[in-house]
Amino acid sequence: MSVVTNTTTIGAIDLPSRRNTELALLGFAVAIPVFAYLNVGLALDGEVPAGMLGYGIGLGLLAGIAHLLVRRFAKYADPILLPLATLLNGLGLVLIWRLDQSPRIISRYATFSPDAPKQLMYSAIGVALFLLVLIFLKDHRVLQRYTYISMVAAIILLLLPLVPGLGSDVFGAKIWIKVGPFSIQPGEFAKIVIAVFFSGYLMVKRDALALASRRFMGLYLPRGRDLGPILTIWAVSLLILVFENDLGTSLLFFGMFVIMLYVATERTSWIIMGLLMAVGGAVVVGSFATHVQSRVAAWLDPFGCLKTAPEGSNMAAACDQMSQVLMSFGSGGTLGTGLGQGNSDLIGFAANSDFIFATVGEELGLAGVMAFLLLYGLIVERGIRTALAARDPFGKLLATGLSGAFALQIFVVAGGVMGLIPLTGMTMPFLAYGGSSVIANWALIAILLRISDTARRPAPAPAPSPDAEMTQVVRP
Amino acid sequence: MNKPLRHIAIFCGLLVLALLIRDNWIQYVRAGELSSHERNKRVTIERYANVRGNIIVDGKPITGSVDSKDPYYKYKRTYVDGPMWAPVTGYASQAFDANQLEKLHDGILTGNDDRLFFDRTLSMFTGEKKKGGDVITTLSGAAQKAAFEKLGDKKGAVAAIEPSTGKILALASTPSYDPSSFAGYHDKDAKAWQALEKDKDKPKLNRALREIYPPGSTFKVLTAAAALEYGKVTDINAPTDTPEPYILPHTRTPMVNHAPGCENATLNRALEVSCNSVFAKLGDEVGRDNMVKMAEKFGFNNAEIDTPVRASMSVYDRDMDRPQNALSSIGQYNTATTPLQMAMVAAAIANDGKLMKPYMVEELRSPDLDVLEKHEPEEMSRPMSPETAQLVQQMMENVVEKGTGGKARIDGVKVGGKTGTAQHGELNKARPYAWFISYAKTDSGSPVAVAVVVEDSDATRDDISGGGLAGPIARDVMKAVLDSKK
Repeated sequence: MSVVTNTTTIGAIDLPSRRNTELALLGFAVAIPVFAYLNVGLALDGEVPAGMLGYGIGLGLLAGIAHLLVRRFAKYADPILLPLATLLNGLGLVLIWRLDQSPRIISRYATFSPDAPKQLMYSAIGVALFLLVLIFLKDHRVLQRYTYISMVAAIILLLLPLVPGLGSDVFGAKIWIKVGPFSIQPGEFAKIVIAVFFSGYLMVKRDALALASRRFMGLYLPRGRDLGPILTIWAVSLLILVFENDLGTSLLFFGMFVIMLYVATERTSWIIMGLLMAVGGAVVVGSFATHVQSRVAAWLDPFGCLKTAPEGSNMAAACDQMSQVLMSFGSGGTLGTGLGQGNSDLIGFAANSDFIFATVGEELGLAGVMAFLLLYGLIVERGIRTALAARDPFGKLLATGLSGAFALQIFVVAGGVMGLIPLTGMTMPFLAYGGSSVIANWALIAILLRISDTARRPAPAPAPSPDAEMTQVVRP
Repeated sequence: MNKPLRHIAIFCGLLVLALLIRDNWIQYVRAGELSSHERNKRVTIERYANVRGNIIVDGKPITGSVDSKDPYYKYKRTYVDGPMWAPVTGYASQAFDANQLEKLHDGILTGNDDRLFFDRTLSMFTGEKKKGGDVITTLSGAAQKAAFEKLGDKKGAVAAIEPSTGKILALASTPSYDPSSFAGYHDKDAKAWQALEKDKDKPKLNRALREIYPPGSTFKVLTAAAALEYGKVTDINAPTDTPEPYILPHTRTPMVNHAPGCENATLNRALEVSCNSVFAKLGDEVGRDNMVKMAEKFGFNNAEIDTPVRASMSVYDRDMDRPQNALSSIGQYNTATTPLQMAMVAAAIANDGKLMKPYMVEELRSPDLDVLEKHEPEEMSRPMSPETAQLVQQMMENVVEKGTGGKARIDGVKVGGKTGTAQHGELNKARPYAWFISYAKTDSGSPVAVAVVVEDSDATRDDISGGGLAGPIARDVMKAVLDSKK
């Protein structure tokens, strides 16, 4: 950290704040979704969509206010994260609006209400939370104080869907709770809270975990008492998998923990142990949880299992979904059909949430999907860059955890819908319909911005030392 | 902490890379397979997304397209006189794919064919809706109507060809089905489809092209042509030196004749009363290999008779011993033919020995009436010399004039024909098939050759004779063509 390069921020020179870069990028991040909106309208009805002006102004206002407050409260923050989040959120809104227009989806419901206005509202709430975090969280190190409270909060959030009467079962996965008219996915918030806990905990324990270990067959094995918390996390992940039937959330938390453990201790053995534990747990659970089994069958051979699965079973539904999604991607081809001209609405379930990426695949094609993946990749790498630049271990770990979780979520969701790994019940951040997801991810971006702001902020000039004169070497 | 962090950065990069590679796999490498997968409804959605082009007979469409107000498939196929035209059009169903012309020319009908690329690009700029092109057929509405109505409740098929060009004029099959009854994808369409699938009479079978029948005595025309062509008979009015009873070579089985006067009959007389003995003997004399050669020149043993709808292969067995060849020469044993094949035999004879390739699509047209493809008549083979053909014509006209084909007579026109009663089933107990092949000839050549088969009828066994059942149908079809030329 002491080497002075362009990436480190220790130095007397005032770094450029890059706020104007951010503003220019935001211009694109607002203009692209507006054009996409226009594109959908022209493709569907042959005319400029009526809500275009309002939509453009709305998105522009959200971005503008966010930018001004970042300028005021996080002057040195990373300039790319906010435009990326705005772009993804804006395009997500367009895709949801496009699916709202599909007569096929409308005809599937007795009472259909469009999701795009709701998502716009959630986005506004998300941006509001983003701003609140930036305004009130002046220094991310404050969060360090809440390490163990975070742990309790995370466990409560994760277990909430299991509370009878509160949790609701959506297509096998119990990751939702119902509060009045709202469905909340507490796992999305738990993602952030648990990262805070891991950072605080590992910052304190890293030396013990790294140094007090026995060497065995080339691996450093931790002491039993240090292993305890790790086994606990592992057990909680398995519990989520078994009782909430959610492979994704379980994988996300365990993976995030292993990543942070590795970064904190610099010991490769954690990764190996983590992988072994993850594989072991997945095999054990996979051998008796039918929900997981049907997802795996649908992953291995979606078209084949469509023929063998009993009619009306969970497995048949899973296989049908998977084959529909794959055909949607395949029909998009290299350049896609163009927005509004695809048939991704043939996917009978969760077309605008879990499977929204299939719409990207069909209507924007290989080119569009790769662009989206790179946008997500950029967010992740900017997050890790923030971790690299951060000056305090807590900030480093927190940024790592949040970016790592984000990366894993992208991999698990996109990999799931594209048939790279078995499908899980999570959604693409910012893109998919869902209040919890969009709100939580705006908060995540806010925390990353805060850490990067602290990291890039010029170091305060060292205080003049009163002892300076006294330390002269006195030659006899 | 920075070293492991860099590893994590690389790890996250690899995760994204894995996704990118996977995406290329499903959206590039497997794109073709997935986009045309049998379970991919987009193929059908695309087929019905725009007004579908029409199949046209005599300048009038026999198909249509209606806006079905459905969120899945926008337009639905309709048919004019569906059951009558089904053997020509085939069907285009939202639930059950398509077949025949509807399937073969799907690209033109939907407007997705490469040849319509320019039209599509143009309409992209002018903002016009994409439209399908039309398929212009060679069929004659009058002939088809006569064939279908005359077949009526009987089970059978008619194929009629214009001998000089090979244009198919009529292609009827009964019992038939209405392709519009299952053009949609709802419950009632599925029920109609199921009912047709279960029907013992196989209404969806295109008997004119896709069913093969033993041709019975109508095949004797071909044997006669072979005997003349290979010089076994030089004078059709000279005795053929046939004993009564004629014993099949290498056996003790006598060849039974159903008519008197076959002993030592002339070729002309033998065809007139349909002598089994004479033709079995001639077939034997011509020999198996030459008989096979002759039959193949007419189109037998050819699995690729594409009109463009592919006809089933008509069979004249290549590996037979002498008695089997002799039996085959009178249209029995393994010999089996589609009605279209027998119409081709009649057409080749009527066209003085030149067989034209049968076809039913005259033109493919773009939505703005440009001709994309025009079918030119094409010679398929020359099974016999014009002299032989004229001799066979003379004999076939004699059959209609004096013999078993009297019911096909038309005033003022020369008509040649041949009846057939094909036995089949175990011990020949099943009801025989009644056949009739014929052609009409005017001063300006022959406008039509026709083959009719009636599978099964309510008439008693004795009544089933080609002349009685199938003859009048052939006559009406020929008359319809002749009248429409006036």
